[in-house]
Amino acid sequence: MTPVEKMMMHQGRRQFLKTSGTGIGLTALGSLLPQNLQAQINHAPKAKHVIFLFMAGAPSQLDLFDYKPELRKQFRKPLPESISQGQRVTAMTRGKEQLVAPSMFNFHRAGENGIWMSDLLPHLSQVADDLCIIKSLNTDAINHDPAKNFVCTGSEIPGRPSMGAWLSYGLGAMNKNLPEFVVLPSAYWTGGTRNVQGLYSRLWGSGPLPSKHQGVAFQTTGDPVLFLSNPKGVDAEVRRRMLDATRDLNQKHLAEIGDNEIATTIAQQEMAFRMQSSVPELTDLSEESASVMESYGPEVEKNGSFARNCLQARRMVERGVRFVQLFHRGWDHHTILPKQLPGQAFDVDQPAAALINDLKQRGLLDETLIVFAGEFGRTVYGQGTLTETDYGRDHHPRCFSGWIAGGGIKGGITYGETDDFSYNIARDPVPIRDLHATMLHQLGIDHDKLSFPFQGLDQKLTGVESARVIREILA
Amino acid sequence: MKHIALFFLTIGFVSAADTVEFNRDIRPILSDRCFHCHGPDEHDRKANLRLDQTGGKDGAYRVHDGVAGLVPGSLDESELWYRIITEEEDDVMPPRDSHKKALTEHEKKLFRQWIEEGAKYQEFWAFVTPKKPEKPTVKNQTWSQKPIDLFVMRKLEAEGLTPNEKADRRTLIRRLSFDLTGLPPTRKEIAAFLADESPDAWERVVDQYLARPQFGEHLAKYWLDLVRFADTNGIHHDHFRDLSPYRDWVIRAFNENLSYDQFVTFQLAGDLFPKPTTDQLVASGFHRLHLIIDRGTMLPEESFSRNVLDRVESVGTAFMGLTVQCAVCHDHKYDPITAKDFYQFSAFFNNIDAAPETGGRSGNDFMRGLQQPYVELATPEQEKMRAEIVKAESAAKAEVEKLKKQVAEAEADEKSALQTSKKAAEEKLGKLQSERLDLEMTIPAAMVMKERSEVRPANILIRGAYDNPGEEVGRGTPGFLPPMKAPNPELKTRMDLANWFVAPENPLTARVAVNRFWQQLFGVGIVKTSEDLGAQGEWPSHPDLLDYLASTFVENGWDIKVLFREMVLSETYQQSSVATSEEFKADPENRMLARGSRYRLDSEAVRDQILATSGLLQKEMFGKSVKTPQPEGLWKAVALPSSYPNQFTPDTGGKILRRSIYTFWKRGLPPPQMTILNAPNRESCIARRERTNTPLQALLLMNETEYMKAARHFAAQVLEEKPENRIPFAYETITSQVPDESELEALKSLLSDLERSYEEKPELATALTEGRGAAELAAWTMVINAIYNLDITKTRQ
Repeated sequence: MTPVEKMMMHQGRRQFLKTSGTGIGLTALGSLLPQNLQAQINHAPKAKHVIFLFMAGAPSQLDLFDYKPELRKQFRKPLPESISQGQRVTAMTRGKEQLVAPSMFNFHRAGENGIWMSDLLPHLSQVADDLCIIKSLNTDAINHDPAKNFVCTGSEIPGRPSMGAWLSYGLGAMNKNLPEFVVLPSAYWTGGTRNVQGLYSRLWGSGPLPSKHQGVAFQTTGDPVLFLSNPKGVDAEVRRRMLDATRDLNQKHLAEIGDNEIATTIAQQEMAFRMQSSVPELTDLSEESASVMESYGPEVEKNGSFARNCLQARRMVERGVRFVQLFHRGWDHHTILPKQLPGQAFDVDQPAAALINDLKQRGLLDETLIVFAGEFGRTVYGQGTLTETDYGRDHHPRCFSGWIAGGGIKGGITYGETDDFSYNIARDPVPIRDLHATMLHQLGIDHDKLSFPFQGLDQKLTGVESARVIREILA
Repeated sequence: MKHIALFFLTIGFVSAADTVEFNRDIRPILSDRCFHCHGPDEHDRKANLRLDQTGGKDGAYRVHDGVAGLVPGSLDESELWYRIITEEEDDVMPPRDSHKKALTEHEKKLFRQWIEEGAKYQEFWAFVTPKKPEKPTVKNQTWSQKPIDLFVMRKLEAEGLTPNEKADRRTLIRRLSFDLTGLPPTRKEIAAFLADESPDAWERVVDQYLARPQFGEHLAKYWLDLVRFADTNGIHHDHFRDLSPYRDWVIRAFNENLSYDQFVTFQLAGDLFPKPTTDQLVASGFHRLHLIIDRGTMLPEESFSRNVLDRVESVGTAFMGLTVQCAVCHDHKYDPITAKDFYQFSAFFNNIDAAPETGGRSGNDFMRGLQQPYVELATPEQEKMRAEIVKAESAAKAEVEKLKKQVAEAEADEKSALQTSKKAAEEKLGKLQSERLDLEMTIPAAMVMKERSEVRPANILIRGAYDNPGEEVGRGTPGFLPPMKAPNPELKTRMDLANWFVAPENPLTARVAVNRFWQQLFGVGIVKTSEDLGAQGEWPSHPDLLDYLASTFVENGWDIKVLFREMVLSETYQQSSVATSEEFKADPENRMLARGSRYRLDSEAVRDQILATSGLLQKEMFGKSVKTPQPEGLWKAVALPSSYPNQFTPDTGGKILRRSIYTFWKRGLPPPQMTILNAPNRESCIARRERTNTPLQALLLMNETEYMKAARHFAAQVLEEKPENRIPFAYETITSQVPDESELEALKSLLSDLERSYEEKPELATALTEGRGAAELAAWTMVINAIYNLDITKTRQ
């Protein structure tokens, strides 16, 4: 445990002690911790929240963001060896011919700076001036599982702390009634579940950090937070009475036994009771205006849709949740990509754009960093059937596209360039660790200083290799 | 427990002792701040200086360009000292830009004293064979003369502390029962112990608990964490994988008190005995517990390499207490494990005769969660039944083939009749095949380790990359540990390796084991970092005690029950955990052992206690893992639609009331009742669980459906007691304590308030009691719920 962590724990506990049982003030804990930490490891933050829109399965950069019109002339031509350079491929396309599969989708210019966007993303095009599109993301892993670990935790090896856990650990709580790190997986796909990949709770785990920092995955069926609701036949009054008795007995035992941990138990039972009203309040959308609901698109009506989750994310940010991570699976288009991609794009395009607008209207976009990325990109060479309107693409870690909006990042720009085949990075590479470093920087954290001793190393989100804040994209 | 004057530093303990001791005081600082650039890893070494040893070209005493690293006794001539105290930005160590913490004044003082006293190094304690230490002399002659207590007392006296009084008998039997079986004592057991006035009452109750079958179930839980036992593959599809016979073997091994050296040997090399028993083969399934990917996405050679590394890492954590995996990419930064050491070591584990990825989706093996090689544990009847089916199957197959041929050759008018017969024969074959699957699904089978006949060569992998092999290496153990004896030095075997692990001179095996067993009883190990006894691990709180336990453990033939017996018979173990709030603050983890330890029960014990005290627990042992009910939709939210299985279907009936050790563990999403209370997801080897206290835990204990059912079930039993006995009966059954006046009052008033509430709202009472209706039962259910939510209920104290 670092001294900072120790201090946090003591502070937290003292605060609990002071206020337990009397209805804790909303702000006390939250406002204390970050300031104390800032004195030690932080600089002034630009952003307070992160909404990470994780596109699990790896969307095709070639069909969404990385416009390569010249490739149409290369249809079915072998990818030049000068480009592929014998780089490793997956088991699925090993030993097969690498024939160029140009995107069949049209692109258009969007926003004041005329950024090229795929026609599959009409709504995001409308907010192009808020987007910083990075075309030069790259990663080490070529398979989903390690690659998702890498984006979510900075390591291919399972079991390291996730981004949200690091932020919770480094910055502490901003609210007293909700978790600091919430995970919202999609449960609906317009285009079907054909390419839906698996998720693992380790992607939002806390690794060796104290597990209170792990993400709380909201459920789309039943209680949004596990075990939140009282059982049938127990109403709030009965629960309150039961908790009062429990608290009295716990307090008596605290006095007799002396162990301060009993005070923590009391405080956490009170927090649980408060969550029984704060979480339903959070997930109840009846107060949202019709125009706001409409802006997120028709899917917002479905519990568990990406659209609904985007709206939920905004409500969480409003209520002081630090890190919200959405998982939208289904991008693993090895075959029939032209048939499958539009549904996926439809799922995310309007809601993500609406989220940006919605936050902006509420004055929250400046303090909320929105990140949109998958775990890697897809190959320019086709997999499976290859015609002009039917093709698939294999995994491609060497370059992929994502975007960031809000949180003190320049809008209306692109950063990084790939070669003519969207195969190698031509300029300004952004390895995942640099993306992580930049996110942390915007939240006021020096990525080199946020560490936790484990297995003999000071573990960091950005790993052992040196990472760089991408200053060029900071507003 | 007066005179609290504890001196806690983040790196360990520095007592008020006068001399500075290298291993205790200096090495941890060097390791933390210096070894990264001045340690065992040659590749990253700066300024030709290594501070982990004195001799050699780069050793700490070396003179390089006229500058000496360290000169014993001379601060002025020691460059190290200058680098510590200088204010020159460019010279000071650790460098400002290294993000290593600067040395504190206290640490500087330690260095000063150490250099002045001769800058003496010691071999790293954990790499030296433990010797049985002298019996310590203590001032307090009255507390206890048992060896464990003497070591503890010496530390207490050095710190100006005194031991706590003995815990009361109710607390003691509850503590013992949880520590040895993971279950609370029954009221009857408590009464018997209270009534036993003989001087050896404690010894006898200890022996009773050690002899229970629940002992093995409880100890197995810790072991399964350590070896990351689970019921799914953990990667990509996260398919079902059945390893339950291994789990059952672990339980039996603890119950039968298999000696620890054999326990280790069976797992490392059970398959290499000349005529291995079934148990030995099942135990070798240790090597099959790693995460494994299904065929189709990863390159097989990469999967193979990952499996080997995973296997080595688990051996490192489980048997060596070292983070050997650090040397996958480079020489270890802190411990003297070179990359070559690592790959020589890994060469013991790379010769498995099994596919590196799980097979296709069809076939009975897939359905059974198996992958070759495995052994089946069929009963003679099952064998007989299968033989019959197989015989019928091959006859049916032949029939189908014959009819196929006839159809092909037949004249037009015969065709349709033949086709009908062919269809019937095919149906018959299909039926037999599914009969065989149904039968085989009930036959337990254990995946095992098996050597290929031809030894697979091993190479150093440059930076750990499977596709970047370096120098070829043979099998071998790390150079800094005692050499290995091998009958055939040309080809060392895993059996030789197992023998090396359990040889008395191996400095790690016994220490690592006793430290973990100690941790199971006292909440924290003597070395707190029980997964890492290396240089970056924590200095032991009681080094001599650890060595005493380790050497007597070996002396006693690695007898686990004897070790447990000695630990729980100590006065140290039997102390009361009651203390002042200041004392808890001064030593929150009870490292000084000036009181009994107090800590939250593990998730399994929390659940099992609810089942046991409510009278629902089914004590049936062994067998396939059980899917105990969990909230709907959890798997669906994460699983690939094509996972096997992709939907959680809970088991039903008595099964779901079995102990948590049998609970089905999907690595992608383990049961929330377990993980919310800090159970690991079993993706990596975990030597100690964390213990947090969170609102999600409070919600779990308040609202979990099965726990509520248990409360209602128990409430109905309580109502069969006489009214005045009810609260004491319920309270004692759950907490093992008798309620005092004020506790009685609090619960009485809760009960009457709730009765009133439920009388006013009969529909609530009906809902809570599922139609049984009475306000009284509803109110009692919530009183039980309250007792289950008390801190003392979920805490071992």
